[in-house]
Amino acid sequence: MTISTPLLDQHIAAGGKMVDFAGWEMPLHYGSQIEEHHAVRRDAGMFDVSHMAVVDLRGAGVRDFLRTLLANDVAKLKTPGKALYSCMLKEDGGVIDDLIVYFLADDFFRLVVNAGTRDKDLAWIRRQAAPAGVEVVERRDLAMIAVQGPHAREKADKVFTPAQCRAAQALKVFSGVESEGLFIARTGYTGEEGYEIMVDAADAPGLWQVLLAQGVRPIGLGARDSLRLEAGMNLYGSDMDESTTPLVSGLSWTVALEPQTRDFTGRCALEAQRDQGNLQKVVGLVLQGRGVLRAHQKVVLDGKTVGETTSGGFSPSLNKSIALARVEACVADTCQVEVRGKGLDCIVVKPPFVRHGKACIDLD
Amino acid sequence: MAEIPSHLKFSRSHEWVEVLDDGTARVGITDHAQELLGDMVFIEVPECGSEVSAGDECAVVESVKAASDVYSPVSGEVVEVNEELADSPDLVNHHPYGDGWLYRVKLSDDAELDDLLDGDGYAELVADEDH
Repeated sequence: MTISTPLLDQHIAAGGKMVDFAGWEMPLHYGSQIEEHHAVRRDAGMFDVSHMAVVDLRGAGVRDFLRTLLANDVAKLKTPGKALYSCMLKEDGGVIDDLIVYFLADDFFRLVVNAGTRDKDLAWIRRQAAPAGVEVVERRDLAMIAVQGPHAREKADKVFTPAQCRAAQALKVFSGVESEGLFIARTGYTGEEGYEIMVDAADAPGLWQVLLAQGVRPIGLGARDSLRLEAGMNLYGSDMDESTTPLVSGLSWTVALEPQTRDFTGRCALEAQRDQGNLQKVVGLVLQGRGVLRAHQKVVLDGKTVGETTSGGFSPSLNKSIALARVEACVADTCQVEVRGKGLDCIVVKPPFVRHGKACIDLD
Repeated sequence: MAEIPSHLKFSRSHEWVEVLDDGTARVGITDHAQELLGDMVFIEVPECGSEVSAGDECAVVESVKAASDVYSPVSGEVVEVNEELADSPDLVNHHPYGDGWLYRVKLSDDAELDDLLDGDGYAELVADEDH
């Protein structure tokens, strides 16, 4: 039994190949994943991300609650609408989920969490919110459409009301604003400009149709994954999970250890891991020859296994295969990845691979 | 609906065989298979001159989604491979029964062809899989 989003009819009308994704009936592609990928890098595409969960948190103590719940520090959020990317950790430092938190008012924050972790996230949050006097409301009434690409904002601005358009154009990067029934945020998961738009479920098909009329192309989950991989963005469940901490998942930048007085869940475990030293790290790999890197392949250096790929695939923008890998600290410039028993030469790079339509790495 | 040409023979693992006038046979993957796999990004064909045996893994097709083994539907010596696939793996998507062929074999046992499905048999197999 799968759940469908309010946009199921739109997906079917666009020729979507529907698959089960974490219990949701979602489009994998609408014909060609590679063409969809290029559409986002070169023009504008839209994704149905209604399967993700929007969770509103309200109460006088909500800021203090989030300063305990999250590894990043919401005290950094000083302007209403501003967003922060953070991990939510277990006591042992393992990642329960990664999420975006929006500061909307002193007593009102909004979280966007992954579809596959929705139930455990809500259970975890509710258990701790009750004693803190924070009210937790899952916004099942909202759908979400991400519009991404170099021309995404100009195309989306055309379908907004004048007030929505003014609000959207004034948005700073990684901020959101409520305007005339929409919550518009300048965020995304592709490495391109764009918006993520929350809309009443009943109004979502109408919004999709007017975006379509502006030439915004529907994009499936397949291209969503290759776009985020090129952008060097982590995928929960592949690049990190409950068995790994942010410090060994390329997410140290999202952990606020200062101020030292802030006692967030997982802090002790992270400090102990940091003090131990010699941590594994996440690097980007670019395959030099032909072939395709995939997740869970061995990374080898001088005949010794030094790590594993966590995500891999074909990069349509670079026309090469790329991967993210968790490796020992000694890995520097080159390594090999074992594919069907053969060691394939890779260069080691710092992600992202592609951003704003351009390669970020030297391919020669 | 996937195309299934009636002049070909098919394996249960979604390869096709076309017997040519000179007694050699071309091998590829079916339209149904390429549809399931999605955009092709890398094809590893067998080496020219190598021997393949019916039922053995002899090639790999990698799509945006996954790597899949190709099992040779027939036995024999590989006498030609499709060099075009190195630069244009998408030929398998666009012309699975034509320019997207994988390799050509000199058949060592014609009787193996009788073990393969005809177009109707393969259509039935695909229909069963969809249920």
